[in-house]
Amino acid sequence: MTVLDGGLQPEMRAGVDRETIETVQAMAGKYKYGWETDIEMDFAPKGLNEDIVRLISDKNGEPAWMLEWRLAAYRRWLRMEEPRWAMLKYPEIDYQDQFYHAKPKSMAGKPKSLDEVDPKLLATYARLGIPLKEQMVLAGVEGAGEPRRVAVDAVFDSVSVGTTFKAELAKAGVIFCAISEAVRDHPELVRKYLGSVVPQTDNFFATLNSAVFTDGSFVFIPAGVRCPMELSTYFRINAENTGQFERTLIIAEKGSYVSYLEGCTAPKRDTHQLHAAVVEIVILDDAEVKYSTVQNWYPGDEMGRGGIYNFVTKRADCRGARSKVMWTQVETGSAITWKYPSCILRGDDSQGEFYSIAIANNAQQADTGTKMVHLGKNTKSRIVSKGISAGRAQNTYRGLVSMHPKATNSRNYTQCDSLLIGQGCGAHTVPYIEVRNNSSRVEHEATTSKVDDEQLFYCRSRGMDEEEAVALVVNGFVKDVLQTLPMEFAMEAQALVAISLEGSVG
Amino acid sequence: MLEIQNLHVRLEAEDKPILKGVDLNVAAGTVHAIMGPNGSGKSTLSYVLAGRDGYEVTDGTATLDGADLLAMEPEERAAAGLFLAFQYPVEIPGVGNMTFLRTAVNAQRKARGQEEMSAGEFLKVVRDRAGKLRIDADMLKRAVNVGFSGGEKKRNEILQMAMLEPKMCILDETDSGLDVDAMRLVSDGVNALRDAGRAFLVITHYQRLLDHIRPDVVHIMADGRIVKSGGPDLALEVERNGYADILAEAL
Repeated sequence: MTVLDGGLQPEMRAGVDRETIETVQAMAGKYKYGWETDIEMDFAPKGLNEDIVRLISDKNGEPAWMLEWRLAAYRRWLRMEEPRWAMLKYPEIDYQDQFYHAKPKSMAGKPKSLDEVDPKLLATYARLGIPLKEQMVLAGVEGAGEPRRVAVDAVFDSVSVGTTFKAELAKAGVIFCAISEAVRDHPELVRKYLGSVVPQTDNFFATLNSAVFTDGSFVFIPAGVRCPMELSTYFRINAENTGQFERTLIIAEKGSYVSYLEGCTAPKRDTHQLHAAVVEIVILDDAEVKYSTVQNWYPGDEMGRGGIYNFVTKRADCRGARSKVMWTQVETGSAITWKYPSCILRGDDSQGEFYSIAIANNAQQADTGTKMVHLGKNTKSRIVSKGISAGRAQNTYRGLVSMHPKATNSRNYTQCDSLLIGQGCGAHTVPYIEVRNNSSRVEHEATTSKVDDEQLFYCRSRGMDEEEAVALVVNGFVKDVLQTLPMEFAMEAQALVAISLEGSVG
Repeated sequence: MLEIQNLHVRLEAEDKPILKGVDLNVAAGTVHAIMGPNGSGKSTLSYVLAGRDGYEVTDGTATLDGADLLAMEPEERAAAGLFLAFQYPVEIPGVGNMTFLRTAVNAQRKARGQEEMSAGEFLKVVRDRAGKLRIDADMLKRAVNVGFSGGEKKRNEILQMAMLEPKMCILDETDSGLDVDAMRLVSDGVNALRDAGRAFLVITHYQRLLDHIRPDVVHIMADGRIVKSGGPDLALEVERNGYADILAEAL
């Protein structure tokens, strides 16, 4: 699939161009998703203690084992310290000054289907551009053959409001539902796998999440099944001062395949909002999972006021032989990003890939990268990271490649490119490499470059305005990564690149 | 079409006057050539007309069909019909040549209030015009100017010109670095665009390009001014005798 090359996908390209440019012009410095839905919210009291954990568990109608699991995590968390090793500066977070559970009041009655969902919620998603109802057909994307379809599990603050295409997925044996629902309906699967990739004790934010996660998605692909459509979760933080702690668990049994898309937006707030998610992926023999994220949480304003603090733990465990995982992330939002989607390459001949675009503009700070932990023989990993800094932003790539003694004949290739726009920003690359056997190979390449005035003048002399010229040059820089995204996501990401860098030149 | 009067330009970084009163009138349908020794201000003239940063106009005017070029942004000049074929076209990694062309064409159409070209029409036109310049599908797919040979870069400039259909075309030493065959291709490309509504300003060191692109008027530029103008014979005179006599005469 070629996204950027007009020669192969001229129609698609035309759409992207028009959309990118129009969006940029329409926005005029405004965050597109910065409105708030006026829905009555049902809050748990502010602050965090065992009662709040019990309340969250109770509201989700959880069995006793789930509550015990949460409480164990909570007690552990009380003894943990917030990590401060990342290249991020932010004031101390007051964990007692957050709401840990908020749900729209109209959800109290639990809708049986989408038709019963509050129309205002649906309108919210419509404004986000997510077609939640049936017929999510993206016309002409793949040319010939069946149109692609996407099933959406939308998470509105703490409660999953609706899941589409459930019936058809069920026919294939795929389970795609809210994790709160999975805890009730598929307890044996949840008990077996929850916390098996990211243990409760893993790190401060993951442990916090384990205690207070409110909802998220659950995906189970049975052995030998190729999921008949792409699965998508759209997260959105709506209520003010509400931490969002979603938890996603994906299980790909032997020989199965799934592509999972995650998009995130949040309204504009003057105060900072905390977000600490956990994503766990279990991949058995010969199975493959693609996990794509477009993250455009509110980044804060030019002065660094407001914006999401995004502390995320994502990890895939390639447990089976020849299993494969591919992470692709486009990180354009959040005031603070702390995120290292990782691959545990446990099975022999397993493969992990990480493709990342991280854009930081104005006062944004990003410390993001990956971990490739090679445990099995002949395992392979590939890292392609493109960091873009503008304004006063600081953008750090932090990555670990670890070859264990038994991971013989394994390979890693890492490419880290940084692009600077303007004088006030910074780019940092912090690679950690540990090789503990003699037959493995690790390659690391890194470059730093600046958006060149000559390139911009060249584009402008051909009729493009400055914003368009920057978007074109930057989209060229990130092309390798955009190409790994599913088409519809690639288009959104390309538009976002332009939007996030608005005002970074001139 | 292009009218330049008493143009004075200073290089900002060095606070150094480069153009010291250039007067030039290029009528629609004509080809003008500018020759002159190194450092005479030929390339500066082309950059100032295209709107590059780093130059300050201290006096004089430049208009395109009566519109004040110097008050416009580079992209507005392009949309108004001005085109500069660069002496050293820059590379833009990751951006497909076709994507670049299409973005440029549609940006200009949009600025003029025209409909964007449909993908099908665009492909047809670009293939036709690329074919005439011996630019193959692979070169259209590759990133803009990345890994292009000198000749490929220059042909690519002419392809952009053919796609954008400007009315005022400035060619800045387009012949430099070209072998005989490439020069013929480029010249044929330029000649194919000659018509009554379009004008060319060809900046060159050498007469040989003017064997292929026959100029109506030849100007000699020295020390920031046009010191002599004449017919095509003037270029031949330069070829035979160099600039010394002309400069001596002008001073």
